[in-house]
Amino acid sequence: MEKPYDDIPGTIVFDAERSRQGYHLNMFCMSLMKDENRKAFKADEAGYLAMWPMTPEQRQSVLDRDWNRMLQLGGNIYFTSKIGSTDGLSFQQVAAMMSGKTQPEYAEMMINGGRSIEGNRYKSEQKRG
Amino acid sequence: MAKLTAGLATSHIPAVGAALDNGKSGEPYWQPVFKGYEFAKEWIAKEKPDVVILVYNDHASAFSLELIPTFAIGCAEQFEPTDEGWGPRKVPVVKGSPELASHLAQSLILDEFDMTIVNNMTVDHGLTVPMSLMFGQPAEWPCQVIPLAVNVVQYPPPTGHRCYMLGKAIRKAVEAYDKNLKVVIFGTGGMSHQLQGPRAGLINKAFDNRFLDLLTADPIALTKMPHVEYMREAGSEGIELVMWLVMRGALDDDVKETYRFYHVPASNTAVGHIILENKN
Repeated sequence: MEKPYDDIPGTIVFDAERSRQGYHLNMFCMSLMKDENRKAFKADEAGYLAMWPMTPEQRQSVLDRDWNRMLQLGGNIYFTSKIGSTDGLSFQQVAAMMSGKTQPEYAEMMINGGRSIEGNRYKSEQKRG
Repeated sequence: MAKLTAGLATSHIPAVGAALDNGKSGEPYWQPVFKGYEFAKEWIAKEKPDVVILVYNDHASAFSLELIPTFAIGCAEQFEPTDEGWGPRKVPVVKGSPELASHLAQSLILDEFDMTIVNNMTVDHGLTVPMSLMFGQPAEWPCQVIPLAVNVVQYPPPTGHRCYMLGKAIRKAVEAYDKNLKVVIFGTGGMSHQLQGPRAGLINKAFDNRFLDLLTADPIALTKMPHVEYMREAGSEGIELVMWLVMRGALDDDVKETYRFYHVPASNTAVGHIILENKN
């Protein structure tokens, strides 16, 4: 299957293949919609994760709160951000971490008009630049 | 007969709902955002729709990965706000329009749009934030709502062209309904934003403003835009803008642009809002 979006830098498109790869990771995240599950997860993260048929890499990415790695392993941001909420983080704090900024730096970038599209359309632009 | 008089589009940013719910709408950060919707609140109070068809997307709230309908139409009598992790928004329960919704479902399916019929679901910020922006904080919402959920979470969403044609089929179905109802359609989501990965925070004002121009004047041009262009130019979540084309398709080819508002930022996103009216 042709994926014309693979040359967009810093972006992982949640397509059917990634959805299949990340199904259990994302369904684990979905379970965090319930307060009792959030409490169980926070009380014993590794034990809670062991209940889901995820890969060891997926479990580790959750334990490490490696937000970009979760996306690479099939996570979807609307699901993985539920881990952030469980940790008491705002969405913007998670977005800042994914883009390698502190939250104040990220908020400042947004107030100044957001991340520019210039130089951010193609991976090739970034290699050059 | 029922009549579809106008359409509007708006972003449905969750932080906007939270700002309103937590009494922060007067803060300097939020003031310009809410000011941009004052016109719409007055406009819709005069327009007084009986029913709003509200095109939006669910964000891993009512639909997880267990079921991913491309187009889902809510036919229930009511829809409770979803608990998105902080308790449900304290907004009124959304009253449905089961008879018109069922009529729409039947007409749309016979027009070859294979709708998923939903009789039990909650509605998340994608639906409730536009309601708050248009109607403020009433004890009850002043109109019935038909939720029309579009999958934009798992790629690919329906094409812009498909969304536009769905709008046309909605218009036809509304106008074949034999009760005197005034219907307004909302397209929600967008504008440019990316919530994920190292490119998070992307905003493209030039793209957004061109999109607004074309939405009014040349929506056919927008129906030809491939998904990759939305994602590249407007961010991976900017692809939500295809939902605006459902709204546009339901209106006349030639419309009056009554109002437009654009502002950066609200949280991670560019806020866009437009009101379009049929001329007759």
